[in-house]
Amino acid sequence: MRKSRRLASLALPYGVYALIFILAPLLLILFYSLFYQGSQGFAFTLKHFLKFFDFSEPVYMKVLVRSVRIALVSTVICLIIGYPMAFILSRMNPRVRNIVSFLFVLPMWMNFLLRTYAWMTLLENTGVINSLLGSLGLPPINIMYTEGAVIFGNVYNFLPFMILPIYNVLIKIDKSVVEAAGDLGANFFKTFTKVIFPLSLPGVTSGITMTFMPAVTTFVISKLLGGGQNAQIGDLIERQFKSVGDWGFGSAMSVILMLIILVVAGFMNSYEKDKSAGGVLL
Amino acid sequence: MKKIISLLLVCFAVAGLLSMGGCSKSDPNTPVLKVYNWGDYIDEDVIAIFEEETGIDVIYDTFETNESMYTKVKTMGASSYDVVIPSDYMIKRMADEGLLAEIDTSKLENYSLISDKYKNLEYDPDNKYSVPYMWGTVGILYNTTIVDEPVTSWTILWNEKYARNIFMMDSVRDSIGITLKMLGYSLNSTNLDHLKEAETKLMEQKPLVLAYTADEVKDKMISGEAALAVVYSGDAITCMDPDFGNPDLEYVVPDEGSNLWFDAMCILADSPNKEAAMKFIDFMCRTDIAAMNRDFINYSTPQIEVFESLPEEIKTDPVQYPSDEILEKSEVFADLGESIAYYEDLWVRITSG
Repeated sequence: MRKSRRLASLALPYGVYALIFILAPLLLILFYSLFYQGSQGFAFTLKHFLKFFDFSEPVYMKVLVRSVRIALVSTVICLIIGYPMAFILSRMNPRVRNIVSFLFVLPMWMNFLLRTYAWMTLLENTGVINSLLGSLGLPPINIMYTEGAVIFGNVYNFLPFMILPIYNVLIKIDKSVVEAAGDLGANFFKTFTKVIFPLSLPGVTSGITMTFMPAVTTFVISKLLGGGQNAQIGDLIERQFKSVGDWGFGSAMSVILMLIILVVAGFMNSYEKDKSAGGVLL
Repeated sequence: MKKIISLLLVCFAVAGLLSMGGCSKSDPNTPVLKVYNWGDYIDEDVIAIFEEETGIDVIYDTFETNESMYTKVKTMGASSYDVVIPSDYMIKRMADEGLLAEIDTSKLENYSLISDKYKNLEYDPDNKYSVPYMWGTVGILYNTTIVDEPVTSWTILWNEKYARNIFMMDSVRDSIGITLKMLGYSLNSTNLDHLKEAETKLMEQKPLVLAYTADEVKDKMISGEAALAVVYSGDAITCMDPDFGNPDLEYVVPDEGSNLWFDAMCILADSPNKEAAMKFIDFMCRTDIAAMNRDFINYSTPQIEVFESLPEEIKTDPVQYPSDEILEKSEVFADLGESIAYYEDLWVRITSG
């Protein structure tokens, strides 16, 4: 009893931290979204939410749908690229494996804004990639300032968040289970679909959550690589706070976005059978 | 693997702490002046000279748009900075809302060096709140290797020949303003019919636009990324610089007229250090300092002696000092009051439609 209390006190600094930097801002956002400052102090209102769900002029909902679509596509691409990558990585000799996984994390040491700026220079019409293609006599790729570039930026930036959780689960799979499947006559394909993949699902679900969340909330990538013409919900929120000055509406959009993330996270969690192995990075 | 990730987190945390610290002032008695200016909009050596001459410490922050500056000042209060340098319409709005302190220009030694042409303008009719810093126009910067026709009208930005070869500004007032101007209306129009027409035009133009950009347009135009771009005159001059710019670029203010803008120095209403703020503004008007800033940022100067000392080819350069004919057709932004919300919503529909 005493021991557990002492252990609990170790969590106090984090508790205080969470209260000040996580809970309080969340409550503030909720407050701003539901109240407006009138002549007699704050009054309750739903107008910020009604502005968002205005069906006669569904600009904001259209942006939300686009953001979710872009995030989903990015997540699926990350999964398609990331799973085989994690699988190959988990099968490597441990020494090589450590070096390779280190190489995966290495770009993350640099700020992601800088990396995105670098991609602008690489992808643009007069950029490095197109000059190279041109000198080889190949046609240029006009990807810069399109939705494709935004998805590309998302995949590039969030791929490690897909690979690492899957990889972490894969290397923990007991080798004897795989061997047993082989001994019982399962070929590689069968072993993979019946044993390895089901066992790696907790990693997949947390990978999906960790890729989808930043992809749906991002606001710089669409501005820099998308050329500001395919605004995402994050861009709209930034705009409300930074230039329009309508905190109420900005907060309402944030609340809506958070609800969507909560639903997605809850949905993914219900798929996670073995909770202890999941949420590796979270 | 976990070790690597935790190491990573530690690195981030340490970096965060380092960037947060380091602003502590050693001597509490040294007066501190907080200046809030546009990015890339001063020769930073000037600040060091000011600190050395007066013994006042300067904290210098920058902003990207008038709106973001306004939002910050509004949230943090009128004591958050001492000197701010907004543009015309924003000065009017801030003055109307009581965010600016009155400036007694008779106490500024160098105020007489600011040309009368730039005083008593609509945004500050009695020069009560602001001292002009720089001025300029909005126009079209174009690449002569791609555009072979003469550029005389805003309509070229709607020419399908240049599809996906046009940079527009991601700025509510500027982009809507030039569209209104092209349609023959005032760029301060609050008439809903005019604005609806402008919206239709901007929607029509959207497929032709490569990107709606901010500061990065300079690099892109220099590298030849697009044929046409809407830019501020000073940025155009930077892009056309013989040393590091692109010699194929030209800048023009279309015949329909354009936006004529002024950025001016103001003191916030509750500035804790008004005396130092006055000193700073006076210092910025001094000929040697104003010349340093002009040379660095290339915008048009309202300071008489600096203008007189410029070489003849700059004084008569239509880019930096356009003819009176063009200036007469151009307009200064007015504060739109409540109508700004309509402009903002319109712009959201354009950029997200």
